[in-house]
Amino acid sequence: MSILFAVLFYAATIVLVAGLGLKVAQYVRVPAPLKIPTTPAPLTQGGAAFRVAREVVIFESLFKSNKWLWAMAVMFHFGLVLVLIRHVRYFIEPVPMVITLMQPFGIYGGLLMIAGLFMLLGRRLVLPRIRYITGPSDLLMLVLLIGIGGSGALMVNFVHTDIIGVKAFFLGLMTFNWQKLPADPLLYVHLALVAALMLVFPFSKLLHVPGIFFSPTRNQADDARERRHLAPWAAKYEANKTMP
Amino acid sequence: MADFEIPVLNEIPVVPAPKPGATAHLKSFPAAKQHQEPLGYPGELVDNWQTKAIEVMGELLGKYRSLPVFLDSCVKCGSCADKCHYFLGTGDPKNMPVARQDLFRSVYRKHFTPAGKLLGDLVGAREMTRELLDDWYNYFHQCSQCRRCSVFCPYGIDTAEISMAAREIMDRIGLGQKYCNEIIGKVYSVGNNLGLPLKALNNTLEGLEEDIEEDTGHAIKFPVDVHGAEVLLVTPSADFFAEPHIDGLIGYGKVFHQAGISWTLSSKATEAANFAMFIGSYENMVKISRRIRDAAIELGVKRIVFGECGHAWRVAYSFLNTLAGPWDFLDPRYPVPQHICEFSNDLIKRGAVRLDKSANDHMTLTFHDSCNVARGSRMGNFEGGQLVIPRELIKASCGKFVDMHPDTIGEKSFCCGGGGGLLTDDLMELRVKGAQPRMEALKQVVQNDGVTHMASICAICKAQFTKVLPYYGMEMGMIVSVHQLVSNAILLGSND
Ligand code: HEM
Ligand code: SF4
Ligand code: SF4
Repeated sequence: MSILFAVLFYAATIVLVAGLGLKVAQYVRVPAPLKIPTTPAPLTQGGAAFRVAREVVIFESLFKSNKWLWAMAVMFHFGLVLVLIRHVRYFIEPVPMVITLMQPFGIYGGLLMIAGLFMLLGRRLVLPRIRYITGPSDLLMLVLLIGIGGSGALMVNFVHTDIIGVKAFFLGLMTFNWQKLPADPLLYVHLALVAALMLVFPFSKLLHVPGIFFSPTRNQADDARERRHLAPWAAKYEANKTMP
Repeated sequence: MADFEIPVLNEIPVVPAPKPGATAHLKSFPAAKQHQEPLGYPGELVDNWQTKAIEVMGELLGKYRSLPVFLDSCVKCGSCADKCHYFLGTGDPKNMPVARQDLFRSVYRKHFTPAGKLLGDLVGAREMTRELLDDWYNYFHQCSQCRRCSVFCPYGIDTAEISMAAREIMDRIGLGQKYCNEIIGKVYSVGNNLGLPLKALNNTLEGLEEDIEEDTGHAIKFPVDVHGAEVLLVTPSADFFAEPHIDGLIGYGKVFHQAGISWTLSSKATEAANFAMFIGSYENMVKISRRIRDAAIELGVKRIVFGECGHAWRVAYSFLNTLAGPWDFLDPRYPVPQHICEFSNDLIKRGAVRLDKSANDHMTLTFHDSCNVARGSRMGNFEGGQLVIPRELIKASCGKFVDMHPDTIGEKSFCCGGGGGLLTDDLMELRVKGAQPRMEALKQVVQNDGVTHMASICAICKAQFTKVLPYYGMEMGMIVSVHQLVSNAILLGSND
C-alpha cells in the first residue's frame, strides 16, 4: 500500500505541475491582440494588477452579481485556504510558529469548507437555471471535494489517524527517503481522493485558478489611446499602410 | 401588432424560469454568395465544413488569448446566467451567457482538450454536428455582444469574444449572416453602411444647411472633403438622415460653428461603424479602419472626432490605435480619436460654447448607457469618464435629469436589444423581447419621476428604440440624441 501511494503521489505531482505548466505556457504564448478590458477599468498596469488581486481575494465581480453565491463561494474557498495552511505542517519540519497558531482555525476552516460545498451542491440540484448548466463533471467535482473534506474532518474529529506517521511518509517522499504509510482505511480514502484531485486539476474547470490571472478583460489597463498595442501576428497588416 | 407575445414590464424584475427552445425558431437570414464573397468568405457552406471549422477554431485559439482562457476557466457558477437581456426577455436557457458559451465550449472540449477527447459527454464534449451548427448560427446571432455578462463573471469571461469567434468560424466555412456581411460589403463598395452614395449625401447636407439657416438665421455648414480642416468628423451614416440621429448631427455642426473650429467630413470615410467587429474579423476591421487613416492623411487634419455611435466608439477608442495607428502625425495635444461628447463637454466647460437649458424645459431626461461605450471604452482622462461626460453634457443642456435604476445603468447597463449585428427586421421578435429589461427600467422612471425622454449616444440604440418603444406602449419620439439636446440649448452668435 505504501508503495502504491508513493507512486500515486509522484505521478499526481508530475501531472499537476506539468499540466499546469503547459497551460500557463499556452496562456503566455497566445497574445491578446486587442485591448478588451471590461470598462470602467484602471488606467495603469498597477491598477489592473490590483483589480485582479481583488478578484482573487474578495471575488469582487461575484459580489456584484449575487450575494448568496458569493457567500457560499467564500465559505468554501476561505475554508479551503485555512485547511491548506493547516496542512503545511505535514510537509515541513520544523513547523513555523504561525502554522502552529493557525491549527485550530484550520479545523473550523474544514467545517466551513464542507458546509460551503454542500450549499453549492444543493444550489446545483435545486435552482432550475443552475441545473440546466450543470453537467456530470460539475457534480463529480463537488462530490470529490466533499469526499476529501469529509474524510479529512472525520480523521480530525472522530477517528484519529497517526499523523506522525503521515508526516514521515510525506517528508520521505519529498526527500526520497521512503517511509511506511500508516495503515488506516480512512486515510487511504482521503489520500486517494486528493491524488485524484491533483490528477484532474489541469484538465478541468479548476483551470479557473491560473485562468483568472490571464483574463484580458480583467488584467489589461485601459490605455488604448495612449499606448499602441500590437500582437506579433497582427504585424503583417502593418505593411502597405498609408504613411503621411 | 405582433405575432408574438410582448413581455410584461414588472415593477420588480423577475428572472424567468428556463423555457427550452423558446427562441429556437429565431434565425436571422443567412448571407448569400454576393454578401460572402466581397469579404473573402466562401459563398456557401463548404463540403468539408466540419474539418474546416475545427481548423479555424484551432487557428483562433492560437491568436486570441481570451479564447483558451475563457473556455478553460468557466466553473459553471451561473453568476452570468440571469444577466443577459435575451435570457431575461425570452427565457430560452441557451440565451444564458454560460449556455451560449457552452455551444462553443463543447466543441473545444471535444477537439482541443485531453479530458474531452477521453471522456466526451461526462465533461460536456460534443462533436460539431449539423444540429449543433444550427444552434451556433441561431444563438450566436442572439447575442448582441454587449459584455454585460463579463461584468458579473468572476473571471471576466466575455461571451462577446466567444460570439465573435463563432461568427468568424461560421463565415469562414461559408455560413455568414446576411445583415452584417451585406453591410460590410456596402462599406467597401459605396463607403457606408446604408449604401448612401456621395451625391445623395451632398444633397442631404445642403438641404440641412438651408433648413438650419432658415430656422436659426445662422449659416451652419456641413463641409465635406475640406483640405486643411482642423478636425475630421467620422460619424455613423444614420446621422445623415435617420430620426433622431440627424438632430444630433445638427448639434455637432452647431458646436463646431460656435466654437469656431474648422471641420470636415470625408467622402472616403462616411461611416463610423465597423461591423467587422461583430463578425470577429480582425482583417476586415483593419480594412475598414484604414479608410479613416487614409482620409485623415489625405485631408491633412490635426484631430479626429467620432460622432455618436456605440460600437464605432469601442472600435475607435479601444482598437483604432492598434488597427490603423500610430497617429503621431496628428496634433499630440489631443487624444486620438476623441468622442464628440468629450469634445463638446470640454468646450462648454471652458465657456467656448454656451447653453441655455430652458430650451429643453419641456423635457425630463434619462440616459441610456450604450453597452459598447459603457463597457468597452472610455471618454476623458479618468476611469469611468464614459459614464460621467455624457451625463454632464445632458445636464448642461437640460434642467431635469433622472437616472434609471442603478442596476440598469453605467457598467450594468442593459443593452437596447439591437446591438452586435442584430438590428435587422428578421430578428424583430428577439429585438422586442431583448429590450424588455431596458423598457422595464425606463417605464419605472416614466411613472415615478415623470421622465419624458431618453437620450442615447448610439446610432443602433436610437434606431432600435424607435422601433421597439411602441410595442411597449411608449412613444417612439421618446428617444433623442444627446447632441440634439445640445442643439436645442446652444446659444449661437457672439459669445459675450
Ligand atoms: C486563485 C484561487 C481561486 C480563486 C480566485 C477562485 C475563485 C472561484 C470563484 C469566484 C468561484 C465561483 C463561485 C463558486 O461557484 O464557488 C469558484 C468556483 C469553484 N472553485 Fe475556485 N477559486 C480559486 C481556487 C480554487 C481551488 C484551489 C479549488 C479546488 C481545489 C477550487 C475549486 C472550485 C470549485 C470546485 C468551484 C465550483 C463550485 C461549484 O460547483 O459551485 N477553486 N472559484
Ligand atoms: S454579451 Fe450580452 S448579449 Fe451576449 S451573452 Fe453576454 S449579456 Fe448576453
Ligand atoms: S459567470 Fe463566468 S464562470 Fe460563472 S458560469 Fe458564467 S461564464 Fe462561467
